[in-house]
Amino acid sequence: MKKITFTLNGESRTVAVAPHEVLLDVLRDKLGVKSPKVGCERGDCGACTILLDGKPVRSCLILAVEVEGQEITTLEGVGRDGPTPLQESFIRHNAFQCGFCAPGIVLAATALLEKNPKPTAHEVQEAISGNLCRCTGYEAIIESAVEAGRQGTARARKPAARKSANR
Amino acid sequence: MSIACEFDYRKPKTLSKAIKLLAKRGRDARVLAGGTDLVGWLRDSLVAPDLLVDIKGFEELKGIGFKNRALVLGALATFSDVLESELVAQHFPLLREMAGMVASNGVRNRATVVGNICSAVPCCDAGPVLQVYNAVVHVRGPNGKRRVPIGQWFLGPRKTAIRPGEIVTSVTVPLPAKKAAGCFVKLKRYRGEDLAQASVAVLAFSGREYRLAFGAVAPIAVRGPRTEALLKGQKLSAGLLEEAGKLAVEEIVPITDIRSTKEYRSLMVEVMVRRALKTAAARLAGRGPAYGINVMEEDTP
Repeated sequence: MKKITFTLNGESRTVAVAPHEVLLDVLRDKLGVKSPKVGCERGDCGACTILLDGKPVRSCLILAVEVEGQEITTLEGVGRDGPTPLQESFIRHNAFQCGFCAPGIVLAATALLEKNPKPTAHEVQEAISGNLCRCTGYEAIIESAVEAGRQGTARARKPAARKSANR
Repeated sequence: MSIACEFDYRKPKTLSKAIKLLAKRGRDARVLAGGTDLVGWLRDSLVAPDLLVDIKGFEELKGIGFKNRALVLGALATFSDVLESELVAQHFPLLREMAGMVASNGVRNRATVVGNICSAVPCCDAGPVLQVYNAVVHVRGPNGKRRVPIGQWFLGPRKTAIRPGEIVTSVTVPLPAKKAAGCFVKLKRYRGEDLAQASVAVLAFSGREYRLAFGAVAPIAVRGPRTEALLKGQKLSAGLLEEAGKLAVEEIVPITDIRSTKEYRSLMVEVMVRRALKTAAARLAGRGPAYGINVMEEDTP
């Protein structure tokens, strides 16, 4: 076993892992972070997406030992102070049905908006191209992310200013 | 489904230490960079190493540069790095076109170009494009450095010219000596991410010279020397394109697998060669569609 320390959603975490343990399983089973989902386990479906040093990656294709010293953000870290403007936009558009793909898609779109605050529909499509939704909700998902960008909510990770009168 | 085999993991401080470690452990050890292939292979028990040597810490293997009139893709340069590189966009647009068609953003953020040619699966996307650019693979091992032309790199499915103890440090892509334009065509079962059923890379040079290479239709990414000879110095008439497509099919040895039949691959390569040649020639003339479009989805002949 090796002891590794990394930042998980803003907090330093230390955990003992065997080299063959996959990051996705360690996050879920050893650290109790359940938003990354176990889907295809071969990098195709995007359900296990996490942000590693700010970039969306497949946690099913990373060994836990590899992330020593790095920064990981999961959905739990994105919405910890309440839903972000992007998440609010997803809610307004009723963009998810079963929600299995949602953590991955929210993270992929969050990373996109941080890099490119006003993406086109095509750019959103490209950013989430490896995140499969089997409820076929892509249109609403894409529109949500485009609208979040259009409304100038570039700081996608900050929670939305609550204007309950508008809802 | 977790990884069944157990192995040791080391992340040496220096490249020379990594090479020493790899040389000592020989075929029991494997180099780990992005891991998008390797971790999948470990899951599927396709490989069972005793040791993984993580090379991600080495600064000298990171990034994309330009030296001696060649693009230098460090061993740790990811496909996302390629897509974000201004240098690549300006001078190696064919490389960029290919990188944009590899898997998905989440995989490209991790997968390296060098890893792609080290995995050396027949459908690897980088293979055909590096073939037409006449790229060179730079290797460092216990006996020093050596350079392997890309044409001698691939030996068979998942087999390369690398020797035990060696690490690929970079792949260099020479800047074409003449004005050039290219086209990469990737045939997939559906839009979005998929491995290639077949791929064709064309690099067209001023003076009517053409280089062609194919992916997923032979044990390795291969050039099409007979088709190149047929086209040399010629204007791309409809008749010549037809002939080139037919000749290209004779230069490949496709098989039937889960993604396609060999018959379909052959039929489609003929079409892909015509479209790739036409598109590359149009781009060379300053016309033609922007890089990044899928010419298999267009209504061209």
